[in-house]
Amino acid sequence: MIAELGHFALILAFLVAIVQAVVPMVGASKGWSDWMRLAVPAAWVQFLLTALSFAALVHAFAVSDFSVRLVAANSHSLKPMLYKVTGTWGNHEGSMLLWVLILTLFGALVAWRGGNLPPGLRARVLAVQATIGVAFFAFILFTSNPFERLANPPLDGNDLNPLLQDPGLAFHPPFLYLGYVGLSMAFSFAVAALIEGRVDAAWARWVRPWTLAAWIALTIGIALGSYWAYYELGWGGWWFWDPVENASFMPWLVAAALLHSAIVVEKRESLKSWTILLAILAFSFSLIGTFIVRSGVITSVHAFANDPTRGVFILAILAVAIGGSFTLFAWRAQRLAAKGVFGLVSRESGLVINNLLLVVACFVVFLGTIWPLMVEFVNGEKVSVGPPFFDLAFTPFMVLLALVLPVGAVLPWKRAQLGRAARPLLPAAVLALAVFGLVWAMESGRSLLAPIGLGLAAWLVLGALADLGSRSRAGKVSAGETLRRLANLPRAEWGKAVAHAGLGLTFLGVAAVSAWETEDVRVMRPGDSFTLSGYTFTLDAVEPLPLGADFHVDGCTAEHGLLGLAGIFGEEGARNFSTDLGRFHVDRDGTRVATLCAEKRFYPVQRMPTTEAGIDMGFTRDLYVVLGDQQQAGGWAVRTYVKPYANWIWLGALVMALGGGLSLTDRRYRVGAAVRRPRAAAVPAE
Amino acid sequence: MRALLVLIFLALAGPVLAVQPSEMLDDPGLEARARSISEGLRCPVCRNESIDESNADIAHDLRVLVRERLVAGDTDEQVVNYIVDRYGDFVLLRPRFGGSTWALWLAAPALLLVGGGIAALFISRQRRGSGRGAGPGGEANLSEEERRRLEALLQDP
Repeated sequence: MIAELGHFALILAFLVAIVQAVVPMVGASKGWSDWMRLAVPAAWVQFLLTALSFAALVHAFAVSDFSVRLVAANSHSLKPMLYKVTGTWGNHEGSMLLWVLILTLFGALVAWRGGNLPPGLRARVLAVQATIGVAFFAFILFTSNPFERLANPPLDGNDLNPLLQDPGLAFHPPFLYLGYVGLSMAFSFAVAALIEGRVDAAWARWVRPWTLAAWIALTIGIALGSYWAYYELGWGGWWFWDPVENASFMPWLVAAALLHSAIVVEKRESLKSWTILLAILAFSFSLIGTFIVRSGVITSVHAFANDPTRGVFILAILAVAIGGSFTLFAWRAQRLAAKGVFGLVSRESGLVINNLLLVVACFVVFLGTIWPLMVEFVNGEKVSVGPPFFDLAFTPFMVLLALVLPVGAVLPWKRAQLGRAARPLLPAAVLALAVFGLVWAMESGRSLLAPIGLGLAAWLVLGALADLGSRSRAGKVSAGETLRRLANLPRAEWGKAVAHAGLGLTFLGVAAVSAWETEDVRVMRPGDSFTLSGYTFTLDAVEPLPLGADFHVDGCTAEHGLLGLAGIFGEEGARNFSTDLGRFHVDRDGTRVATLCAEKRFYPVQRMPTTEAGIDMGFTRDLYVVLGDQQQAGGWAVRTYVKPYANWIWLGALVMALGGGLSLTDRRYRVGAAVRRPRAAAVPAE
Repeated sequence: MRALLVLIFLALAGPVLAVQPSEMLDDPGLEARARSISEGLRCPVCRNESIDESNADIAHDLRVLVRERLVAGDTDEQVVNYIVDRYGDFVLLRPRFGGSTWALWLAAPALLLVGGGIAALFISRQRRGSGRGAGPGGEANLSEEERRRLEALLQDP
């Protein structure tokens, strides 16, 4: 009954979306204000219906209603409640429902906070948003109905893929979708602006917070996914350049470019059509990402044939959305005349370089991802494009980006003298060069990766500090005055510095772990020990834990799962798998550093083993132990890593997201959103 | 999101150890070379996994084959060629430069150059254009539309 209600609510939401896509759009072009106003209640109703539908699906999963096909195929009565609920979006149909839920949520947010938007713009934005909704509601209802019933329900379900039974992955999709779908807001604003033929500072001030919010969510989502891969897949890799990962990384890169170029529109009323183009591109990559993940077409052409309807349907959405918006862009973009003028050396130019590098970097990822498909399509040959290609082809653009970033960030708007503007960066540059030289000397010239990476990390972090320092006139005025000035800096300045420093921290983690990681693979018997990078690892015992044993195991210092979240979020009670628990202890210079528990799990329902690496996290290194197969000659295969500064990769991502958050709370957005006078605030700050 | 990635991992290999201790060579130098070669070779039946990461049987066979060739005295390049001769370019995770792949390698740098050129042109043109269009004091003149909006703004309480 409840499932049917959910299905019915979804159909109603689809119908409301159709009305919302048509009526306000017609109203806006005819100037009928009551038709335009319809968009607001429609957006609310659409969201509430979708939320109802989603709640019905969550309910079906929570109570293990195996008469619903989706639940029977993806859940199991013995699964911990946490994974019953998060399993709702651990499958195709449920994740698409989450997709539209977030889409309608953003629509409702615009309806709620959009009182200060010009009525025509608001009506058009909501109509475009609803048009996207229509396409995806139709996709769900006609090809991926999550509420389908089974005539003969099974006694128990097929269980969720064990690798997905993890807190990192439970919360990864919602964040990722907030990001993906959040970019639809920028898209809807861009299309609405093209229809209106007007882009001004007020428009940019409206679009930027949405883009920023989406980008923050995407950053956290990608970091969660990467961290999950790191501790769950069992070989300590954190990025595989897999098509599915690339699908989330491409919108992130373009969104990063977009939120920078939107600043130029907002402050200087230039780069308008370019910003519109980026907004369209960013969401297009979200759609392409959805297509890649949902159709499986990039993986192999054969996967496409497994479910041609879905693939073709998304491809059609893709063609209409991207083709339509680009046509509209080609037709209307020249009407968006630039006003602000800037010199070759200026903040604007710096942001143009930023945009160029981010877009080209995205292009590398895109080309590498679709290259095998293109080649197979053209001449039937099968080729591979893997991590070694991406590492080599992608990294140079990031290096260039990091080199110019601190300089661009200190340049003033309009025009500048490079020498004078960049003078505050001199100490940062000297120190970064010193880091480069020091690391190079320490490494005795083995590889350039670590010196360049760490030098750039220092340059980014110190450059951000120098920027804050010069803005607060540190050293030129008293310390108290400097503090006062720092406290009074706009949040956006803080956000900028923090986010850029976060990028530096990620550089540090990536370079250090790539260059200095050490690895050991061997057979160990209980009592054996060996030394890796100064740490002595000893295998104490391997204990079997039966199915149904308690989740909690005594005597392991290292937390299980994402920062121990597994225990906090209800991974407790009986294990729905059997376990081989390897107990290790680690000493350094005779002192105990950690006791690690590495688990090898076996999930009986899906007949699948997984590993839970034993990880001792630290600021300077992770100790990472994986228990492998039992050997015929006795003993266990054990793989061990010492990963220097690994956590800085994700710490940097979180700091970037924090910087975005600071920027989001800047006064100009709060004022702009709360007070019904957007235009008054729209004068360029210069 | 990762369901797909995960499904493939599942279908082909559980996430247990890839390189088995029994496969490894005693000579650490040769073993290190074997590992770095393995990282660049794709497991032919896997999805985007190198033979170094994969648990598939064929990945195991290829790892052993790589080590055999190294022990026999092949250079790294000879080992890679040996495998490519038998399994085709498909096993190379980093496509070779040349043939049709030059586009893959050069497209992005080319885009950067072209994009940079267009950007430079745009910046210099909009500066020159400003010399003619600017009113007194270098400020841009307001269009009719903007004048109207400015007035509306000023009247707004």
